[in-house]
Amino acid sequence: MIGRLVPVILFLALGVLLAVGLKIADHKTEIPSPLIGKQMPEFTLPVLGQPEVMVSHEELIGTPFLLNVWASWCVTCRVEHPVIEELARSGLIRVVGLNYRDEEADAQAWLARFGNPYALNIADITGRTAIDFGVYAAPESFLVDPEGNIVFKQIGAVTPEVIEEEIVPRVREWGKGP
Amino acid sequence: MTLKNILLALALGLIAAATHAADPLVFNDPAMEERYNDLTVELRCLVCQNQNLADSDAPLAQDLRKEIYEMMMSGQDNEQIKTFMVERYGDFVLYRPAVGGNTLLLWLMPGILLGIGAIAVFFTVRNRNRRLAADRQKG
Repeated sequence: MIGRLVPVILFLALGVLLAVGLKIADHKTEIPSPLIGKQMPEFTLPVLGQPEVMVSHEELIGTPFLLNVWASWCVTCRVEHPVIEELARSGLIRVVGLNYRDEEADAQAWLARFGNPYALNIADITGRTAIDFGVYAAPESFLVDPEGNIVFKQIGAVTPEVIEEEIVPRVREWGKGP
Repeated sequence: MTLKNILLALALGLIAAATHAADPLVFNDPAMEERYNDLTVELRCLVCQNQNLADSDAPLAQDLRKEIYEMMMSGQDNEQIKTFMVERYGDFVLYRPAVGGNTLLLWLMPGILLGIGAIAVFFTVRNRNRRLAADRQKG
């Protein structure tokens, strides 16, 4: 009797395994970031278009922000752009751009053409700071809390759903204060 | 194999050789170069996830190879370089992740599956032997 049940149990177990596999297949290319819950990496980089003005991670701590990694060569960034603009316009959170492995002229032309939602744009021409952030594809966005900790990372385009479900609740929580 | 096929194979071989990670890195020590080659084969390219860092021509892979090269030149060992990568990209970047924590199941699974298979074979063989013995008694 038990011998008869074994194949059925094995079949069910295989079914569960495949169902779980199917469920995570959509997100397979999204690598969970080991930086969540950690202090953002240190950097000192020039402001886009003002090579003599440097910004460091320390200057950004205090007010929460969304660090949006973008580039003029990045097609999905263009798709994401209206959502980022809407987010910046709503005043919910400061949006800081990290211009990733881009040419300055191309980046400026891109902003002039599609609009500039960024309170500040940091130029990471070499991509070295992006490596510290674990960036592997643009666009990526990091939500940084008032203490400078990365609390959420979006791989790929930020969507209205992501804003509603991941960003808004956290920002409200910070707004309440400790 | 015709001459045409041989030439085609040669040409494809040359293309493959040419596209293989052509960074102008200078190693004074052959052992160092071997270490670099082994290390970049063991690390995953994050952009094209089924390729390793040595094979990939993605800009990020080039950046990371340069980073690894510079870390080696400044005297860091393989463990330090791997830690650097894991701190940024997680265990996924390693083709052979460390045993323990959330990778324990991954490492144990082949053994577990082999065990299940062995048990299944054992019972199948035993049952068949019993059946054959029973048939012989009847016959």
